Amino acid sequence: MTDLTAVDKVLQTHNHDKSMLVAILQDAQEQYRYLPKEVLTQISIKLEVPMSEIYQVVTFYKAFSLKPRGKHICSICMGTACHVRGAPLILETVKKHLDVEPGQNTKNMQFTLNTVNCVGACAVGPVVQVDNTLYGNLTSMKSIQLLKKFEKD
Amino acid sequence: MAKKINSWNDLKALYKELNKDLDPKSQWIAICEGTGCRVYGCLDVSKALEGELNKQNLTKVKIVHTGCHGFCERGTLMVIHPEGIFYSRVKPEDVKEIVEKTVKNHEIIDRLVYVDPKTNSKIPYAKDIPFYKFQKRVLLSRNEEINPTLITDYIAHGGYNSLAKALFEMAPDQVIKEVKDAGLRGRGGGGFLAARKWESSRKAEGDVKYIICNADEGDPGAYMDRSIIEGNPHSVLEGMIIGAYAVGSSNGYIYIRHEYPLAMHHITEAIKQAREYGFLGENVLGSDFSFDLKISRGGGAFVAGESSALIQSIEGKVAEPKAKYVHMAEHGLYSKPTVLNNVETWANVPLIIDMGSKKYSEIGTKTSTGTKIFSLVGKINNTGLVEVPMGISLRQIIFDIGGGIKNNKKFKAVQTGGPSGGVLPEKLLDLPVDFDRLTEAGSMMGSGGMIVMDEDNCMVDVAKYFIAFLQEESCGKCVPCREGLKQMLEILEKICSGKGEMSDLDTLNDLSQLLTDGSLCGLGNSAANPVLSSLQYFRDEYETHIKDKKCPAKVCKALIKYRIIEDKCTGCHLCLKNCPSHAITGQVKKLHTIHDDKCIKCGICYDVCKFDAVIKE
Ligand SMILES: Cc1cc2nc3c(=O)[nH]c(=O)nc-3n(C[C@H](O)[C@H](O)[C@H](O)COP(=O)(O)O)c2cc1C
Ligand code: SF4
Ligand code: SF4
Ligand code: FES
Repeated sequence: MTDLTAVDKVLQTHNHDKSMLVAILQDAQEQYRYLPKEVLTQISIKLEVPMSEIYQVVTFYKAFSLKPRGKHICSICMGTACHVRGAPLILETVKKHLDVEPGQNTKNMQFTLNTVNCVGACAVGPVVQVDNTLYGNLTSMKSIQLLKKFEKD
Repeated sequence: MAKKINSWNDLKALYKELNKDLDPKSQWIAICEGTGCRVYGCLDVSKALEGELNKQNLTKVKIVHTGCHGFCERGTLMVIHPEGIFYSRVKPEDVKEIVEKTVKNHEIIDRLVYVDPKTNSKIPYAKDIPFYKFQKRVLLSRNEEINPTLITDYIAHGGYNSLAKALFEMAPDQVIKEVKDAGLRGRGGGGFLAARKWESSRKAEGDVKYIICNADEGDPGAYMDRSIIEGNPHSVLEGMIIGAYAVGSSNGYIYIRHEYPLAMHHITEAIKQAREYGFLGENVLGSDFSFDLKISRGGGAFVAGESSALIQSIEGKVAEPKAKYVHMAEHGLYSKPTVLNNVETWANVPLIIDMGSKKYSEIGTKTSTGTKIFSLVGKINNTGLVEVPMGISLRQIIFDIGGGIKNNKKFKAVQTGGPSGGVLPEKLLDLPVDFDRLTEAGSMMGSGGMIVMDEDNCMVDVAKYFIAFLQEESCGKCVPCREGLKQMLEILEKICSGKGEMSDLDTLNDLSQLLTDGSLCGLGNSAANPVLSSLQYFRDEYETHIKDKKCPAKVCKALIKYRIIEDKCTGCHLCLKNCPSHAITGQVKKLHTIHDDKCIKCGICYDVCKFDAVIKE
């Protein structure tokens, strides 16, 4: 059973305000690392918003995940500035290196691979974000070296 | 504890007190802690500097932790005042020497000084560096001087005085007139006259009216709005409060994307402090005008930045655009009169009130007044944020400010306007940058992305990139947008893999027309621009892909191969060791070979080979 204390707290911080649904879901995802069904049900009950509406919002935004995610989240920026500086090569390399497609977890659950459209550090692109830190001026090579640092812990 | 300010006189007194500390002769050090410099590790530099100043008992030297200075390419940036000595690429190891030599003895450290690549001369002061010299930084200049998390810094530099002036010296209609005379046009893309929207909202019936700031910044490759909010959040708040007073609104929202955690943090803090000081809340500055703001978080979908979709999103619904036969000025958020403007638009408002419309409108061109901030990125030497007067040419931005193309490559195109904009070729470099001229040329001002491309970028690939982006971001409500983009993407993929036919180009044109005519919102309406503009200016590249099955820029994966040249390969093994796909075989000191069936074309071998033995063909 999923412990619902954290989501109850999130709901409280937002005063059970329906219009804050996106923020509530974001904060809940931060707590649980993804959005387990029980959490969504709890949000639905407490906000009196039908599940269908919640699923509509959750599936609309790419950043929400309905599946458990790996220990480290590796997001490759595919924004225009990063694209013209070689982001597609980096994505190709990382896909091969981790042996996953974007949106998937590695078998050992060490990594989740994602793509994002611009994290606002375009001047130092290509950019890769691992968990909450941005790494800039990457190449295919450097991106593998970067991921190796996160392989063990 | 902050003291609530209850009158303009209170504010003036506080300004006087705070401004006293800004002795022009005093020593202080600004460190850029914007997102770009954070990637370079500026926080470690800050920590080292604090430690060193403490150790040397130089606690009188103030460190100001600022937002983005714009020259992101050269991070970490540090400016030492009062002289204005500009150091770039500063590392924690440099700090000791900086304190020893520059802070204590006013000596300039050559190694950290900017060298102009054109003249090879050293330029120690920020004001003389071409990157800054040719800009007109009226919105961004504060970013270099204030700590965005301290409202007192903003007030010390004259902040919130425009608000007081508007509240106590101007009637709401006068404020609107001032903004109208200034000619302020929206900076979020469309370039609508701000005052016209305000006026309709003011006139619309109803007691409840809303003011919204669009900080969704969905254009991938642009980060102006982020940097304003991170570096000078109170300028946006002040603009919004003035706008609210003009329109007669007491409630506002800032819609900001979740992907911008630092901006979120700074704006949240700014709102809190503005409330404590009495700039937000009941009876602003002791007047009878009241206004407060909430933050609404977006989930980072491009279409959510579209006005009607954004409103849906604030209401807690899915961010889908709605038909525009109802006007937001009358029926916007919760069906109440609503004014929505972009971050940069709001940040211009205090400036207009402060300078007066006449002086403001002298900046820029007749129909595009003021400055515009661009995120100058891609294959350019000086990547970063630049603020220029409208009307300046693309060439001046790219070559004078931007320092030209990286690695002495040849300029190919510049993309403006984001996914709704287009690519412009070399022959249009002298085009003045204003709303109307860019649109005439088949692109758009957009929100301010300016992505420079060189000979190594493929224009068909770039068109495919944007269509793929838009196809994914389309909300799917309109058939032409949903299906049209899908088909365009299929065609572009076909061309990029060498299977295109000349008739495909006509189909692309037809589909473009369909999209432009048959879509509900701006996403679909302008989605064809990246394709149309590249077809207009770079048709030959499409044709080479189709007729010769070649990608001239050697980007399209299906049309290139990596190969090792016998004469140059020393058999050093380096490529083999680094190939992530085990596509290279060969024995030490013997010729190595790439096996196409396994090669994923990641380019690592090409990058690592020290003998230029790997080629793309
Ligand atoms: C698909 C789409 C995405 C948009 N994204 C943004 C955005 O991220 N930020 C923004 O300020 N305006 C965006 N706009 C423009 C807004 O609809 C609106 O015109 C603008 O926020 C109004 O502010 P302004 O008049 O100050 O520019 C977008 C428009 C479309 C059609
Ligand atoms: S044009 Fe596209 S994005 Fe806009 S409403 Fe229609 S389907 Fe949605
Ligand atoms: S391009 Fe990448 S995958 Fe192909 S041979 Fe070179 S290193 Fe290996
Ligand atoms: S395009 Fe990658 S950070 Fe903006």
